[in-house]
Amino acid sequence: MERRTFLNLSGLAMGSLLVPVFGNAVAAEELLTPLAEKYKKTLADIALNAATKAGASYCDVRVGRYLNQFITTRDLNVENVVNTESAGVGVRVLCNGAYGFAATSDMSPDSVAGAARQAVAIAKANAKLQAEPVQLAPVKGVGEVAWATPFKKDWRAVPIKEKADLLIAANKAGMDGGASFMRSVMFQVNQQKYFASTDGSYIDQDIHRIWVPLTATAVDKSTNKFRSRQGLSSPVGMGYEYLDARAADKVRAAGGVATLYKGSYDLIEDARAAGRQAKEKLTAKSVAPGKYDLVLSPEHLWLTIHESVGHPTELDRVLGYEANYAGTSFATLDKWQSKKFKYGSDMVNIIADKTIPGSLGAVGYDDEGVKCKHWDIIKDGVLVNYQATRDQAHIIGEKESHGCSYADSWSSVQFQRMPNISLAAGTKKLTPDQMIKDVKKGIYIVGDGSFSIDQQRYNFQFGGQLFFEIVNGKIGAQLEDVAYQSNTQEFWNACSAICDDSDWRMGGSFFDGKGQPGQVSTVSHGASTARFNGINVINTARKIG
Amino acid sequence: MKILTQDETRRITDRVMAFTKADECTVTINGNRTGNIRYARNNVSTAGLVENTQLSVSVAYGKKQGTATINEFDDKSLEKVVRRAEDLARLAPENPEFMPAVAKQAFKPSATFNAKTAAIDPEFRAQAAAYSIEASRKNKLVCAGFFTDTTSFETIANSNGVFGHQQATSLDFTCTVRTEDGRGSGWVKRSAGDVALFDAREASDVAIEKALRSVDARALEPGRYTVILEPAATSDLIGFMLSGFDARQADEGRSFLSKKGGGNRLGEKLFDQQVNIWADPWDKDVPVLPWDNNTMLPRERMAMIKDGRVASLDYSPYWAKKMGKRPVGSPGNMIMAGTSKSTADLIANTKKGVLVTRTWYIRLVDPQSVLLTGLTRDGTFYIENGKIKHPIKNFRFNESPVTMLNNIEEIGKPQIIAGDEVQYSMLIPPMKVRDFNFTSLSDAV
Repeated sequence: MERRTFLNLSGLAMGSLLVPVFGNAVAAEELLTPLAEKYKKTLADIALNAATKAGASYCDVRVGRYLNQFITTRDLNVENVVNTESAGVGVRVLCNGAYGFAATSDMSPDSVAGAARQAVAIAKANAKLQAEPVQLAPVKGVGEVAWATPFKKDWRAVPIKEKADLLIAANKAGMDGGASFMRSVMFQVNQQKYFASTDGSYIDQDIHRIWVPLTATAVDKSTNKFRSRQGLSSPVGMGYEYLDARAADKVRAAGGVATLYKGSYDLIEDARAAGRQAKEKLTAKSVAPGKYDLVLSPEHLWLTIHESVGHPTELDRVLGYEANYAGTSFATLDKWQSKKFKYGSDMVNIIADKTIPGSLGAVGYDDEGVKCKHWDIIKDGVLVNYQATRDQAHIIGEKESHGCSYADSWSSVQFQRMPNISLAAGTKKLTPDQMIKDVKKGIYIVGDGSFSIDQQRYNFQFGGQLFFEIVNGKIGAQLEDVAYQSNTQEFWNACSAICDDSDWRMGGSFFDGKGQPGQVSTVSHGASTARFNGINVINTARKIG
Repeated sequence: MKILTQDETRRITDRVMAFTKADECTVTINGNRTGNIRYARNNVSTAGLVENTQLSVSVAYGKKQGTATINEFDDKSLEKVVRRAEDLARLAPENPEFMPAVAKQAFKPSATFNAKTAAIDPEFRAQAAAYSIEASRKNKLVCAGFFTDTTSFETIANSNGVFGHQQATSLDFTCTVRTEDGRGSGWVKRSAGDVALFDAREASDVAIEKALRSVDARALEPGRYTVILEPAATSDLIGFMLSGFDARQADEGRSFLSKKGGGNRLGEKLFDQQVNIWADPWDKDVPVLPWDNNTMLPRERMAMIKDGRVASLDYSPYWAKKMGKRPVGSPGNMIMAGTSKSTADLIANTKKGVLVTRTWYIRLVDPQSVLLTGLTRDGTFYIENGKIKHPIKNFRFNESPVTMLNNIEEIGKPQIIAGDEVQYSMLIPPMKVRDFNFTSLSDAV
């Protein structure tokens, strides 16, 4: 996770720090004019030819145009409206068994050819230090193809006033519900990515994403206490239609304690509930620490999956390439090679999939031109695979890449990033309400909160948004001061029930960070409500001076 | 794009102002040249140089404001960015909290630029990496590291006559060294504005020594311990807490600095008497620009915590006006008073305790008490009778920096350190703190 950025986001109190971060501001009318495909192909061919002429054995080119719009609001005020644009060309080559990369924002033929030659020069210099030559898994060229996020309503065409009015209406609903303060933000992303390589691929992709986080804060000045509840929406790979709330997309949480969302989001309804529940938190019961059976909603569990399964099964971390910053992984190659490392209980099946409609990681092809697919990471509780790119596939005995390459900008070099990593639904019919009937002493957690995990992904601690005690099969009062701590392997082996696919839905992150210099990526994680028996819960209440 | 001079940026800001007919206009120009080298598994993995310059123009019609940015500087582009900002300003809703551009200010220069740091080249970066790679190979260890240096400038101007221009340099180095069997890990971090203060060999040796000493860590029961926290172990905790010194949040009742019944805790004694933290843009070790580019107000030498009391809060111009306070530029650095004692001196004075090299993955658990969670990493040791006895397994902690700064037993000599997740340049001492709350063990090495 891009720690600083996400930290800002999760606080949201520092919303104004979030923008602008991704490029140059652009006038609204310029958003809807894409670069011509013929122009991009011409630039790509210039780079491919220049690189091969300079000695590259392989070259790929990414012509990128990234458009973003951010609208931030506080209470009944619009604080900021920003449109940004960033465009340019990145060229990666292989020469003498080593990589070279160069990028330019000057999209003239001379500049693009110059970047290609510079990439080759860098590769030649790096080759002198290279202990082992890079081995790329083969990719068959796909010719000229296109892929686009299937969206119904283009966020770029929706008037700013309409969006601002929606956010302000949500803030008002939250304050009517009981919040003393409200913040809401609308993030909208369009990535126009053109990829070409010496393998014979020319891939044009048009990717759309949207996210509307909110925070309701209730204050009781007489007790000097304040509590917040964040929104229960997910960032999605969809168009603006995500905000056209449909009754059919609403999900009743266990015991009816909240309304959750799948496929579309009722921002106003959630904001009003956030205001009410933030106020209720002011008088919630402080949890008694101890062992509990945890029933975790997908709105919460996605983050636990992300940190405790997504990151440790990244092959570059396993190999040590992230050792100086993000860390390594406990899921070492010997555990995978044993074919019997019990990552979780028998019912735990974790799947990597970059093809799920509506997910943040859904694209047609990755940033190495590899067609996206799905594969198993954990099968019946056993670690069976990792996430790999073209230069890693041979390490795990595979003949083709998993398609996990991604760069966050035309100016960033692509490297291994997490695909959507999800917990498969249970195979037996089971609803969250039915699951809770079997729990004597438990806690039902809805929404994601604080999160922290060690550098090898063993020890973690998670908070949440809403906590409800479960006593003898029934949901009781709202709790506060709840966080759970566990060890990754113990936690997943404590998984005792997973609801069926009627409860399966995705959460995700807009700002998953990795690398030095850091890059961010977007990723979704699906799950059904799941139960974990006997997990250690701590009480986080503290008194200061 | 080269690093622009004051004359060059003044010409640009003058041209921008001339292009707009808005009520007011503010301009910021930032440029940087950043070099880096990254290595892992005892091999260089990437190296690069990024140059970027950006012009930001903000205009206002009454209380309607628009901002646009561009990275081209010919007259046509300057006019284009002004028109974009004007378009956005016309589209934007009126902001009731809009504050007009500040009046002309005097900025006293700070020594943020060092010519030798600005002259760092690819060979220097490669050599920085080579020291740790070669020494690690020699010791049968595996290293991963990152060296990055930046030369930058910033210009601010507005239609009321504000103008400031200054250059800056910085470097950061981190290196993680692990034993081949993965049973030991050591880490080091160095930050400096002046390259003469950086010694890659010395730094690499620290990480190597910690890696070798950390093998075969034993488990110590979680609980409250006296800890000796190296500067990298507390920089983010303290930085996190100081980022919450916002007056508005405190006054509105949603901060640990809110007062029961309303108002804030300015002037109250919340920390140990020994705690003195201040900001000073002209400090010789951690100088920062003499203005805050958000408000274009001058920074000042100002106490943040004095003798354990909350000495100042951060007022935005809007909140300062509303509350009748004098607005000041937000601090860019943070300096904590210390003594002449080394970390070794603190260890020598400790009967039983835990030495923590660094902390990791710090997150806010409860804003009401600034309770933070995180872990120790890359060198955690048990101290007995004034000596490091043996390495111990890493801990997760749940602790508030407010509590930590109340439990100080001894303070050492401040060191320059850049935060991992906070923006301040910092001068932080190692500290001995009692009753630090470790809540569970981690198997991570």
